Amino acid sequence: MALLEVDNLSARVQGRDILKGINLTINPGEVHAIMGPNGSGKSTLASVLAGRDNYEVTGGSVQFNGKDILEMSPDERACEGLFLAFQYPVEIPGVSTSYFLKAAVNAIRKYRGEPELDAMDFLKLIKEKMKLLEMDQSFMNRSINEGFSGGEKKRNEIFQMTVLDPKLCILDETDSGLDIDALKIVSQGVNALRNPTRGILVVTHYQRLLNYIVPDFVHVLRDGRIIKSGDKSLALELEAKGYGWLENAA
Amino acid sequence: MPTETSAIETMANKEYKWGFVTDLESDTLPPGLNEDTVRAISALKNEPSFLTEWRLKAFRHWQTMTEPHWPNVKFAPIDYQAVSYYSAPKKKKTLASLDEVDPELLKTYEKLGVPLHEQKIFAGVAVDAVFDSVSVATTFKEKLAEMGIIFCSFSEAVQKHPELIKKYLGSVVPYSDNFFATLNSAVFSDGSFCYVPKGVQCPMELSTYFRINERNTGQFERTLIIADEGASVSYLEGCTAPMRDENQLHAAVVELVALGDARIKYSTVQNWYPGDKDGKGGIYNFVTKRGKCLGDNSRISWTQVETGSAITWKYPSVILQGDNSVGEFYSVALTNHRQQADTGTKMIHIGRNTRSTIVSKGISAGFGQNTYRGLVKILKHATGARNYTQCDSMLIGDKCGAHTFPYIEVRNTSARAEHEASTSKIGEDQLFYCKQRGISLEDAVNMIINGFCKEVFKELPMEFAVEAQKLLGVSLEGSVG
Repeated sequence: MALLEVDNLSARVQGRDILKGINLTINPGEVHAIMGPNGSGKSTLASVLAGRDNYEVTGGSVQFNGKDILEMSPDERACEGLFLAFQYPVEIPGVSTSYFLKAAVNAIRKYRGEPELDAMDFLKLIKEKMKLLEMDQSFMNRSINEGFSGGEKKRNEIFQMTVLDPKLCILDETDSGLDIDALKIVSQGVNALRNPTRGILVVTHYQRLLNYIVPDFVHVLRDGRIIKSGDKSLALELEAKGYGWLENAA
Repeated sequence: MPTETSAIETMANKEYKWGFVTDLESDTLPPGLNEDTVRAISALKNEPSFLTEWRLKAFRHWQTMTEPHWPNVKFAPIDYQAVSYYSAPKKKKTLASLDEVDPELLKTYEKLGVPLHEQKIFAGVAVDAVFDSVSVATTFKEKLAEMGIIFCSFSEAVQKHPELIKKYLGSVVPYSDNFFATLNSAVFSDGSFCYVPKGVQCPMELSTYFRINERNTGQFERTLIIADEGASVSYLEGCTAPMRDENQLHAAVVELVALGDARIKYSTVQNWYPGDKDGKGGIYNFVTKRGKCLGDNSRISWTQVETGSAITWKYPSVILQGDNSVGEFYSVALTNHRQQADTGTKMIHIGRNTRSTIVSKGISAGFGQNTYRGLVKILKHATGARNYTQCDSMLIGDKCGAHTFPYIEVRNTSARAEHEASTSKIGEDQLFYCKQRGISLEDAVNMIINGFCKEVFKELPMEFAVEAQKLLGVSLEGSVG
């Protein structure tokens, strides 16, 4: 069974049609990359999958693990195992990263009928993951994302993803604003999450990230539709020829 | 996508949990106010003549005053003749121990979670419980007495320590201060009194629990706390009231006096009945609270969490008279449904090198209106005075309002006053971020609000900080849509 099955999905934002019939299947263990020029609908697709308000689905369906997720609230989708690494992670003043993440971990465990983690178990869990992302202990006591640099915010997203252990990871422009060192650390974190049961969807404008997170499939999004799919070589071809090349082809 | 509005509305209509009424026989004066009422109250309480005269002076002055309407709140005129100015649970004799207290009354406190019973008292809270107007039982008094600390009802203090009352009553809030304080001075029925002698650090949190039970009664209590030189005390006040359709007036006065090197910390968690969701009923909380840092190096700190009352109108203030004295005001005020709050503080810098800090967090939801009004006044001789004010408002929904009126008057060129203010809407982005991590809408709102209020909560004694967080959660349930 496919992990994610997007069938002819259309969506509208503020009265404008952005997605115009997306078809996409992600099987367990696969890494997919969605590329496309600005305004093609990449981030909209990520937001619609995560269930953001003000994104109106006008047609099609999305099955996640065999369940229709379009009827679920964003928190239910998250508890089902869908994780979105934000392009612009928000700041929540006064709420420490560890408090926030513990609430998230336990909300998901509760949903799955598992006992909540106490402070000690939680600490053990995050310590291990922090090492992987080369994060300092002080992160945990700081208000979430407040005063974090761009790179720290993105690393924090991947860190949370690692802790929450989702079935499907969606990375929305995770490479934007990262220097090369941060990019390596982030990619290392993502690659460590690759396994035969998990799916990963990388949304990116540039090919650069795909040097580190090597995708199984690459799709090109343009004007709300996937106009071309291929393997990792498609990304390289795009890098060399630009999106204009496909426009002529399409 | 399903909208969250319906779930939210269900939560929003959650009922006020403390709205029960206790069935007790009580001695209540008939409604109405004239000199005879004032004399009757004073006589009922067997007061010395200086106090009767003081009350009458206040009453005569009150008759020349008009009800003020400058705050940013709206309310129907109050008929002061329709209010009963004295109500006390009926009792035959003075109570010697808790065993003699009416079991109905104890049950009420139990429901409120007030630790009146001995075993709970060992948790370390000394409670002076004010039920309507008479202090019912003061616990832990003996242990405090060993240290020379006087903690009792105001009436008892009048009988046993008239010299302290005479010296300090009205020394911070004079009888002529303002319409409601003057009314209180004329008709106050009871309250709490605390005196901490020189050099004594009060070893436990002192606490008063106010409750308005009787219908059509106003509660006019009076609290006076004095910390002598080098003494320190932390005091907590909590408030609830039964649910009634009509509005009830609560016009209290709190006076704090800190002598040299003394510290007073006064924390309030106010959860008076706010009225129903359409604004019917609820408490009018018109309170005058003021502290005086009389001696050098003294410190007075107000912390308040205001979630209840139909209308809250109060400005816990500090007069910084002693050199190097410190005044602090930490406030969370929440208005939901039709609640209105006009609150803030006044910091009056008189002495040299006096410092004040103001941190105000206003949260408005539903149709709530929340106003911060603050005055920082630095007088001519207050060389080196400093003030820092931070005033943040958070809006939940688009039908509520937040208003800020900061007044700053500086008469000394070496003084420094800083003011920072912000207004934010509880972010859709923040909520989505939390939800995307699996956190429910309700938990997300609580988390964001508690984060917003953190700077104030950390000033509360630990167990009350936890209470305050929960209270905020309950008061806000379902306000986000």
